[in-house]
Amino acid sequence: MVQFSKTRLDASFAALSDTTRRGVLEQLGRADASITDLAAKFDMTLTGMKKHVGVLEQAGLVTTKKVGRVRTCKLGPRRLEEETAWIERYRQLWAARFDELDEVIEELKRKETIDGRKTRE
Amino acid sequence: MDARQESERDRMKNRTEVERKSERELVVTRTFNGPARLVFEAWTKPELFMRWWVPKSAGISLRSCEMDIRTGGKYRLVFETKGPNPMEFFGRYIEVTPHSRLVWTNDEGHEGGAVTTVTFEDKGGQTLLVMRDLYPSKEALDDALASGSSNVDAMPETFDQLDEVLVTLDQGAGQQPSKT
Repeated sequence: MVQFSKTRLDASFAALSDTTRRGVLEQLGRADASITDLAAKFDMTLTGMKKHVGVLEQAGLVTTKKVGRVRTCKLGPRRLEEETAWIERYRQLWAARFDELDEVIEELKRKETIDGRKTRE
Repeated sequence: MDARQESERDRMKNRTEVERKSERELVVTRTFNGPARLVFEAWTKPELFMRWWVPKSAGISLRSCEMDIRTGGKYRLVFETKGPNPMEFFGRYIEVTPHSRLVWTNDEGHEGGAVTTVTFEDKGGQTLLVMRDLYPSKEALDDALASGSSNVDAMPETFDQLDEVLVTLDQGAGQQPSKT
């Protein structure tokens, strides 16, 4: 089965349950921003915004990078459901191939048996 | 093959597992009911490889398949698609150890291509196959997951046609595919 931690799902849902955090995601969807920018935009203290970003980061929805004294935030590289769906599609692709490979191997086995018999005869 | 044998075979079908093992590694595992040397052979002889790599009813077909199976050798797969442009996958074999290990690069498209390692391990008449896609960075794997790698996009969503494909293959078993 696709390995997927429930903890991470929970973290995502928790992260998305807050209006400000959804707003931050929407904002970051348009452009990367520093925590200072975001705090100003959402009319919050720096500490308050840091907390929100921390929750989003924990859930993998946002990544941050500190350059000098500025911490820049951007959208996390993937959305959870996309990853799950992708992995399942990928699994199906390989399952399809490997089920066919089974047939090829069966045929090679049969051929070997026949060839083996010929050699002995 | 009659119906009884067919249902028997479906019941015996081994499960394909996929797991994201680490931030930059995706691992596929599968057991095959045959010795490693035969699984390796089916993987490395183009005429055999072409028979299982693309589900036949997927609406695309392999136009050509060049595989220079040796360390440093190159491979190139060209797919015919419904669109105007054929699709290509290519790279280089970094390691070829007969019957046990294959390592190749995936060079189509971009720098973020994975290095694929396939190991074939004999387990008392069966083979445990482990395929690892190691991406250069977490971001590269994340990108592949987010955008859908070319490998997966090559396959239209026609996996439900698969049973049909297997039946076709089964009927065609024993016939050599025509070389082009």
